[in-house]
Amino acid sequence: MAAPAPTLAPSAVAAELRRGSDALGRFTGAIARNRKAAFGLVLLLLLSVVAAAPQLFTGRDPQALLGGSQQLPSGTYWLGTTNTGQDVYSQLIWGTRLTLIITVVAGGLASFVSVVIGVAAAYLGGWTDRLLSLLTDVFLIIPTLPLLIIMAAYLTGAGTDAIILALVVTGWAFSARQLRAQGLSLRTRDFLEAARVRGERPFYIIMVEILPTMTSLIVANFMGLSTYMVATAAGLQYLGLGNTSEVTWGTMLHYAEENGAIFPGGNPFWVLAPGFAVVLMGAAFAFLNYAFDEIGNPALRSFRRRRAKPAA
Amino acid sequence: MPSPLLEVRGLSVDYITETANVRAVDSVDLDLMPGEFLGIVGESGCGKSTLVFAIAQLLFPPAEIAAGSVTFQGKDMVQLSDAELRHVRWRDYSVVMQSAMNALNPMKSIAAQFKDTLQAHSTMTKAEIRERSAEVLRVVGIDPAHLDSYPHQLSGGMRQRAMIAMALLFTPQLVLMDEPTSALDVVAQRSLMNQVKELQQKLGFALIFVTHDMSVVSHYSDRLMVMYAGQVAELGPTRAMFEHPPLHPYSKGLLDAFPSIRGPRRALTGIPGTPPDLARPPAGCRFEPRCPEAMPQCAERAPDLYTVGPSQVRCLLHAGDVSPAPRPDPLAVQQP
Amino acid sequence: MSELPGREQVPPGPGHAGVPRTGAIGGGNGAAPGGDGVAMPALAVHRADGSEPEDGVLLETEGLTRHFQLGGLFSQRTLHAVDDLTITIRPREIVALVGESGSGKSTVARLLARLYKPSRGSIVFRGRPLQSLRSRRDVLWYRSQVPMVFQDPYSSINPVFRVSHGVARNLRLHRRELNARGRRDEMLRVFDAVGLTPATEMLHKFPYEMSGGQRQRVGFAQALALRPRLILADEPVSMLDVSIRAGLLNLMAELREREQVSILYITHDLASARYVADRVLVMYGGHLVESGPTEVVLARPKHPYTQLLLSAVPDPREIVALAAESQDAGEPPKVINPSEGCRFRRRCPMAVEECHRVTPRLRPMGPAHEAACHVATPDTDPAAPPEPATSSHD
Repeated sequence: MAAPAPTLAPSAVAAELRRGSDALGRFTGAIARNRKAAFGLVLLLLLSVVAAAPQLFTGRDPQALLGGSQQLPSGTYWLGTTNTGQDVYSQLIWGTRLTLIITVVAGGLASFVSVVIGVAAAYLGGWTDRLLSLLTDVFLIIPTLPLLIIMAAYLTGAGTDAIILALVVTGWAFSARQLRAQGLSLRTRDFLEAARVRGERPFYIIMVEILPTMTSLIVANFMGLSTYMVATAAGLQYLGLGNTSEVTWGTMLHYAEENGAIFPGGNPFWVLAPGFAVVLMGAAFAFLNYAFDEIGNPALRSFRRRRAKPAA
Repeated sequence: MPSPLLEVRGLSVDYITETANVRAVDSVDLDLMPGEFLGIVGESGCGKSTLVFAIAQLLFPPAEIAAGSVTFQGKDMVQLSDAELRHVRWRDYSVVMQSAMNALNPMKSIAAQFKDTLQAHSTMTKAEIRERSAEVLRVVGIDPAHLDSYPHQLSGGMRQRAMIAMALLFTPQLVLMDEPTSALDVVAQRSLMNQVKELQQKLGFALIFVTHDMSVVSHYSDRLMVMYAGQVAELGPTRAMFEHPPLHPYSKGLLDAFPSIRGPRRALTGIPGTPPDLARPPAGCRFEPRCPEAMPQCAERAPDLYTVGPSQVRCLLHAGDVSPAPRPDPLAVQQP
Repeated sequence: MSELPGREQVPPGPGHAGVPRTGAIGGGNGAAPGGDGVAMPALAVHRADGSEPEDGVLLETEGLTRHFQLGGLFSQRTLHAVDDLTITIRPREIVALVGESGSGKSTVARLLARLYKPSRGSIVFRGRPLQSLRSRRDVLWYRSQVPMVFQDPYSSINPVFRVSHGVARNLRLHRRELNARGRRDEMLRVFDAVGLTPATEMLHKFPYEMSGGQRQRVGFAQALALRPRLILADEPVSMLDVSIRAGLLNLMAELREREQVSILYITHDLASARYVADRVLVMYGGHLVESGPTEVVLARPKHPYTQLLLSAVPDPREIVALAAESQDAGEPPKVINPSEGCRFRRRCPMAVEECHRVTPRLRPMGPAHEAACHVATPDTDPAAPPEPATSSHD
């Protein structure tokens, strides 16, 4: 027998929101106060710095053949070497850039497509909705991995672009569904009816009245998609798809596996390092995803679920 | 002199937010005698729902009982463990929520939900459960044939009655109702109120009825408590509040804000302005900025609860009558 | 006890002369696109009494009906939300549309706001049937004349923008003759007119910084910016605290005088309808069951539902009058695939055999007072003035 949490008195809520009277101020305030957001943001910033200026972190050329084959970590080579003597650490650093770019570009494109389709379906309703929902469902049902592999394999020579295309094609549908559901719940808000009654056109209503109120959801959506992109891109590259001559964490995994890095005689850090890096980047996006979900929907904010005891 | 069923002393409830501590309920004292019908009236944000949740031990973070005690049937509720509370809940006191559709499980039939409740708090056989469920439905005026209906198959009025029936499964000593009629139309509302009053007199439970609409409860309650900005503004026998004009300017303003359906038409003013920000409560009387009878000292001196005849008022206008009462008198139940 | 400002007993009926709009800045409606300046063939709706539409009637509906199909493609279940509604609204009057949830009153608002299309019947505004308004210009013309104020102050304003947003959009869409300076002046004017002062400060607030009552005033301000003829107010005070309602109700009465606008006030609260409305229309189960001047309908209700409603409205000032209460359990009317006959018959203490067979039509009960009931008896002396209200308990 649980009661719904009593809502804050309006005056209390107003007081809480009063810091930062403009939208940006409130936004940054909300992020700063949310621990998940702060953690994810710091991590992402760190990774972005590494991606933008790898030369700050290593002086070596990642593709240069410098040391012995599959040497373990030492003072010179912090994470050891690859089978051709390349510095694993430098590869990790330099690989950040392309990995991040692929993630963000694929995430952004998939996000865009899912927003357009999801919100249009929710707002326009009727036959448009049925059609778009059908389209979404079809893409959801198609088995992702086989499709990815086939696409990436067929688009030989295109390399990275093929990967991005494959990721977008398989990634947008789930988010579109989510956004449609959220858009539907917004549909009952009176201010949208009010916009119709004053004579606004549907395009205006979607762009100006709906999308801005869904900002947190859209950002959360992007973060969620990016989490998927990081792992899947690495996975595809690990399988040898895309352009294997480029240095990314995924291609590192590919070569490491091919050359038995985890077996005795090999350099396990050649596998562990990029694997861990993928997890780290995925975590950054995942935390930001949770954080923006909470910002957009205060009901999700975590509270310790215990019976309120009187203060000491 | 019978002892009170419920004794609330100095109860304060805080909402702990990142930016401020908001005291939603400020030091409320209350005695409730067995079989008494108490109406708690106030506008949104005044703390009435929070007060009732606190009494029922249903507060979740960020709300916390900051001070005070709630003594029910001689036991301090706040100190009870969850296990001990489970014995008392529903058997000795129960709660009816604001919206039946929020509290009833739409996936289960009425009978199934009654069964869940009965099994959670007692050991009854299947036959006894069925019998008891049918009985409470009859008591609230629903044909027991509806036991196997789902909530969405019942009308709004019937759903609320089903909620009340569920609250009466163990014929508790105390029932707490939070705005049970706000989703109903006027005719269903009146019908439900009559039913509730009848039940209360027949089964003898004490009733705390929270609403923002004074007109709903004022015909039925024995005593009426008016809350404003987390505090008790006025508390006294309902009749006293209506036979003379209410003592507190807020209660008076509230009463005057209702357009009359039968009397002569007169201009209404309402109570312009907004309640104070509870994160930063004012030093003096909380109603002072909106009060048509404010005196200069009202902005500086916070009034205590003063006793005026059978009622208590938190207003400096009545400070001279009797010295501030440190404890409310256990008042005898007034039969209408 | 002061008399309510500006509540004149406007007798409806033949030959009611409308008062020309005054107090307009910049020539009033003339410059608005699609407004008075556009030459339209006057589709004169000739009333039996011969009065001209422009003077006598602002909006009228004829047999307005709206049904909804429930269930899937093969379902035969039809929800009769509104059936056969014939009403008129005149200039500068507040008409209350009273009914419970399920009565169809909200559907009526949406039909008049063109959010739904009628299943049958017509709506005629200032002589022009709504069906004939096809082009964007015509549609915008109508929307500028008949705006709507919504019920929920917490969801009717977009939380992302400042409260000036809605007003600004209204001005941009419908009052294109104004330049930036003109728009700004107008925004200040309407915020002043609804009591949101100081207007310069209020315009820059976000919705979350305003109380429910203030937000509803913003809703009225948005409507006023259009210089409308008729405001559709869908339960504008139902979600506000009681102490705040009086302010909004007084505002509505004021607007009728100062801005010369009519208001369709949709509500379930008969007491507030009495306070502010000139005429009352009572709806039940999708039908109009009674209509007439407010004091007349409340003093001499003819339809059993109106009588029930009247007796159920609690007045906190009345001390317990718990006489024999009716046995009415408040069961909702059957509006899904309803059969012929009065929809109130199952709850009606006076129902006769005919009530189960024949749907009652509105018939006169007195001057300008109609009710749809087989059993109700008209006042014998139509010229008698309404009886004084029953004695007060003050």
